[in-house]
Amino acid sequence: MDTLLVVRAAGEDPNPLVPHVAEIIVGLIAFGILYYFVAKFVVPRFEKAFAERTEAIEGGLAKAEVAQAQAAAALEQYQAQLADARGEAGQIREEARAQGAAILAEMRQQAQAESDRLVAGAQAQIEAERAAAVASLHAEVGTLASELAEKIVGESLSDDERQQRVIDRFIADLENQPSGRAT
Amino acid sequence: MLAEEGEGYTPPGSGDFKLPPLVDNLEWFTKPYLMALVSVGILVALFYFAARRPQLVPSRLQFAGEGIYGFVRRDLARDIIGSNDFLKFLPLIFSLFIFIALNNVFGIIPFIQFPTMSLIGFPIALTLIVWITYNWVGMRRQGVVGYFKNMMFPPGVPSWVYILLAPLELVSTVFVRPLTLSLRLFANMFAGHLLLIVFILGGEYMLVEGEGVVKVLSIGAFAMGIVMTFFELLVQLLQAYIFALLTALYIAGAMSEEH
Repeated sequence: MDTLLVVRAAGEDPNPLVPHVAEIIVGLIAFGILYYFVAKFVVPRFEKAFAERTEAIEGGLAKAEVAQAQAAAALEQYQAQLADARGEAGQIREEARAQGAAILAEMRQQAQAESDRLVAGAQAQIEAERAAAVASLHAEVGTLASELAEKIVGESLSDDERQQRVIDRFIADLENQPSGRAT
Repeated sequence: MLAEEGEGYTPPGSGDFKLPPLVDNLEWFTKPYLMALVSVGILVALFYFAARRPQLVPSRLQFAGEGIYGFVRRDLARDIIGSNDFLKFLPLIFSLFIFIALNNVFGIIPFIQFPTMSLIGFPIALTLIVWITYNWVGMRRQGVVGYFKNMMFPPGVPSWVYILLAPLELVSTVFVRPLTLSLRLFANMFAGHLLLIVFILGGEYMLVEGEGVVKVLSIGAFAMGIVMTFFELLVQLLQAYIFALLTALYIAGAMSEEH
């Protein structure tokens, strides 16, 4: 290639390294027009588009961040409320249990008192009746003894068998006798 | 290898880069000139519609435009110049990238098939702008004296080295940089176009003028031409990238005190 160039350059062909002034001038003009257009139109427009896009992306990210923060706050609040509610429910349950226990204890106490009262009443009555029975018995025993003595004396005192029969009859009589005789 | 075929074959050379004028009265106005202007028209139209009403959710064209723009903005401007100052230079770097890329790719677009940048005047024009820009920025930032002092006497070097370093740095920054910048772009496009001409015109010559086996062998030449076309696409985009990248690097270097 080199020899080819040298041969050609030495011959009638033009030297390719010698510029035409027209080339430089046209090159400068053409490039000047392009440069002016690029500097005044292309670069500002594209820079604006780039800036807007960056802003849009960053704005979107910021917005997403805010939304996320809000969601997190809402979740936290919800959880706090839930915990509060749980605590409250537990407290209410505890109170109810305590109240129930108190009521139960009171009822039990009342029942105990009632039953004590009933038992005491019954015992008093029994005691009174026993005392009455004892009193009436006291009154009657004398009479009965004298009656028995009278009957034993009235019959023959020597016959043991008869005497025994008299006593048996007396007791049977005593059993058949209505208790109305007592005071 | 193909140049040896037949007597009537003229190998391609720099004469192939001198195209006839498009209009009779305008001797200088040839196809590449029209292409340079048309490329600006195409780019303006494309990016006008891409950036006309930028949406948050981009349309397909806006998405494509933003893709190229975002790539240059991020990889070429911001990462190299730094996020504080890159926006000032982004129009320049972006314009350079799309202008060079499209004009290079013209080299393989059917019916156009000529890379504008293979005429050295166009790379020189662009290099001129870059050269003025980074030197201007350096002098504005560090002062005229400070700029040259920082350029020629970077700190952290034994003082006797400056005898060698200072002139080298000066020549490198002020003279070699623009030279390599324009020549790299020009030479890649020139050589690439020449390569395609060699394979395709050579294949055509073999097919038309050749006898028997030579006719069949022309298939190989055409196949190579197609392979080289795809290879050229890579080189064309890469050169646009490199040009824009070096521009950013030069500007970044001029901006920072530490060379």
